[in-house]
Amino acid sequence: MLFRVIVAKMGNAEQIQKALTAWAEQFYGAESSLEHVARLSGGASQETWAVDIAADGGKYELILRRVPGGFKQSARNSEAIGLATEARLLECASGTVPAPKVMGVFSPDSDMGEAFLMNRISGETIARKILRDDDYSVAREKLTVQCGKALAGIHAIPVSELPDLPETPGLAQLDKYEDIYRGFDMPRPIFELAISWLRQNPPPPSPAVLVHGDFRLGNLIVDESGLAAVLDWELAHLGDPREDIAWLCVNSWRFGHTENRVGGFGQLEDLLSAYADAGGQSFSPEDIDWWEILGSLKWGIMCMIMYEAYRSGADPSVERAAIGRRVSETEIDLLNLLEGKA
Amino acid sequence: MHDAPSQKEMIQAVKAFIDNTAMPSLKGHAAFHARVASNVLATVLREMDIRPEAESEEVQRLTELLGTEPGQSAVALNKLLCEQIRSGEMSLTRPGLLSHLKTTTIAQLSVDQPGYSGLKTS
Repeated sequence: MLFRVIVAKMGNAEQIQKALTAWAEQFYGAESSLEHVARLSGGASQETWAVDIAADGGKYELILRRVPGGFKQSARNSEAIGLATEARLLECASGTVPAPKVMGVFSPDSDMGEAFLMNRISGETIARKILRDDDYSVAREKLTVQCGKALAGIHAIPVSELPDLPETPGLAQLDKYEDIYRGFDMPRPIFELAISWLRQNPPPPSPAVLVHGDFRLGNLIVDESGLAAVLDWELAHLGDPREDIAWLCVNSWRFGHTENRVGGFGQLEDLLSAYADAGGQSFSPEDIDWWEILGSLKWGIMCMIMYEAYRSGADPSVERAAIGRRVSETEIDLLNLLEGKA
Repeated sequence: MHDAPSQKEMIQAVKAFIDNTAMPSLKGHAAFHARVASNVLATVLREMDIRPEAESEEVQRLTELLGTEPGQSAVALNKLLCEQIRSGEMSLTRPGLLSHLKTTTIAQLSVDQPGYSGLKTS
């Protein structure tokens, strides 16, 4: 048996190897062997490992998503659902939404700790490459329609089939983020203006559907022919379908390609018609505005939360300090959006 | 007090050390943080150039918009503006409000993130 292990934490890695070897023997048979385990960078709230298993004369390429250290120390992100729920959602999505296939789920009291295994899908997640490299020129042309279809698929999964999820409509999110913002006692007139406008112009309510919660480049695997998989379901909740559509439009997720409202690669009209063609509700671009303003406000307050980690002394890194100077990006975006509402 | 080297020269010297000496010899996460550190110093240098004039203009505009007595700080005036927006006394349709906020935010972004895409469309 060949172990090639590149790891950040050795004790952790040993535990993972043992648990994976035992799992592979059960899943692929006694002749299987663990060939390669490597911690991938990225994914602050969960560990992500690339895992190769040899069995039946072939190689199985998997991804392990695992709670840091195998068990939950504290609520890192109060909104994040557990990994078992995330795995269950991937199963609910399979067939209608391009997503990884869940291969195994490990409970918190297992040798592995809280984790799940899924198949590894090849492609690119880095937004700037997807938006700029020639390799993805065909993909870019297809991506808008594919995203509209995938979002319609997510929103169409019957709520009765879903695991327990928090229900957070737009106004509840506004309450929550406003509370966090007020707690910092750092008054920002543009945030006040956005909060007031959002309160005075609430969208008509819509029946709650499964909302992915972080559907944007960075969390999508894209290959040469377009959307290959939707990842990172940990912020999924029940809510308004317009939230997902608008989050993809937030200027911060256009990665500099502002002229393309959808993720830096497409036009909203095209996304909305693909969404409706695939069975989603019919929305107009104006229906998305309220949610895009909420999205920019949320991202601005998330940047303040990350800066607060520096201010409070919890994380003294220069990166956490610097992110406080990105809040003004969302301020100009909010102004550009609010100008059309004056 | 002496001013040689000046604040700017000292920051420029540290930034040059990070860029030319420290960063090339670092790897992985440390190299990434060195780049962030260099960017932070660039922000400080821009702020030294832009803030004094931009903030005094901001205070002038706020004093006029809010109809307050001159002499209040930008922090106090912005707090008052926030209170007035929150209470509904000041809203999106108030003449001069959006243009004031835009001028202020453009100056802020010229310090914080001069390459940000939203600045071009504003």
